[in-house]
Amino acid sequence: MKRVEVLGTGCKKCVTTAESIERVAQELAQSVEVIKVTDPAKIMAYKVMSTPAVAIDGKVVHSGSIPERSKIVGWLES
Amino acid sequence: MFEIFTLLANWLAYDLVGLSPDTKLGSSLHFFIEDTTKILFLLVVMIYLIALARASLNLERVRAYIQQKHRFMGYVFGSGFGAITPFCSCSSIPLFLGFTSAGIPLGITMAFLFTSPIINEVAVIMLWGLLGWKFTLAYIVIGMAVGIIGGMILDAVKGERWLKDFAAKAYQAAAAETREHDVDVPEAPKLTMAERHQFAKDELREIVGRIWKWVLIGVGLGAALHGFVPDGWFAENLGSGQWWSVPAAVFAGLPLYSNATGVIPVMESLIVKGLPVGTTLAFCMATVAASFPEFIMLKQVMTYRLLAMIFVILLANFMVVGWIINGIGPWLFAGF
Repeated sequence: MKRVEVLGTGCKKCVTTAESIERVAQELAQSVEVIKVTDPAKIMAYKVMSTPAVAIDGKVVHSGSIPERSKIVGWLES
Repeated sequence: MFEIFTLLANWLAYDLVGLSPDTKLGSSLHFFIEDTTKILFLLVVMIYLIALARASLNLERVRAYIQQKHRFMGYVFGSGFGAITPFCSCSSIPLFLGFTSAGIPLGITMAFLFTSPIINEVAVIMLWGLLGWKFTLAYIVIGMAVGIIGGMILDAVKGERWLKDFAAKAYQAAAAETREHDVDVPEAPKLTMAERHQFAKDELREIVGRIWKWVLIGVGLGAALHGFVPDGWFAENLGSGQWWSVPAAVFAGLPLYSNATGVIPVMESLIVKGLPVGTTLAFCMATVAASFPEFIMLKQVMTYRLLAMIFVILLANFMVVGWIINGIGPWLFAGF
């Protein structure tokens, strides 16, 4: 099971990002664990400067915006 | 070049609605139509063009540029990049930590964060459209000065002592290390014209979607002031440029939380109605740059002591700016 972390200090865009990842995962019938990371120290440890950012299994794959659907599909299917 | 908007407003307010330019309502409505159409037009064109140009600017590159600079230039660059870098206030904390953990001094990071809400392309476009280039230039200089001087004071009092522990440790570790080697600026991502267009289109939709209400509210307030407050009212009732009008304006602006978009049309009316320029600017900055939501966010990385210090530095800066501009205003804005 993939571990998807959405990094962000709790703004609306971060919530939207987490929701759309969950939705796409459901559509693809993939089981993922989506975790919202709001702790600034953890976000710093990932060296992310623009949020929302997404890390999959501990690796940052995206930062700075709400990811497009095609991107999410790409992450979940790889 | 902006006459077309005046003509449009003439036609809509006087011919179509049938109001007289001499009535309060007629002059308010005319002002509202002229300014909203003009501002929205300018915003759409300029945001798109600016976004095209800055599509390849990202925070990692900005940070590397700032790291390379000599200490003093660091403040200027921090403040300058704060003005031009697209960045949403919900990213303040990651950005703050990203800078701090790269060993950038607290004052330089804060110069970036202070200037960022005051100067952005939307504010500049609106000022230029409403108040002319002279005023716009003065606003940019003042906004950067507030950021640069605020940052320098913070470093002079060694504000980094009062960061939260984890942030202070990250800063010290990085500051010790980065002195050893030089920083390379990462290469700009190569973008095709189509990618730039896509970025600019997204930016345009995002920014206009976020600020259009503010434009309407701001211009609405400005229009009401314009029509219903007699010319020179402020000068008669508040005195022209008495020293206490500046702190009064700062404290009046504090509890109001707006972005620059909402406040600039109000500024235009205040100035026309005789409020001194420095007093008006102090009010505007207090409204835009010292916002409680921002302070609550910074609480995650700073102690109350540091937050209070930043708050006092900002207020003092706004007042000094107000007094200076009121002092030199008549000379600076002769014929304004």
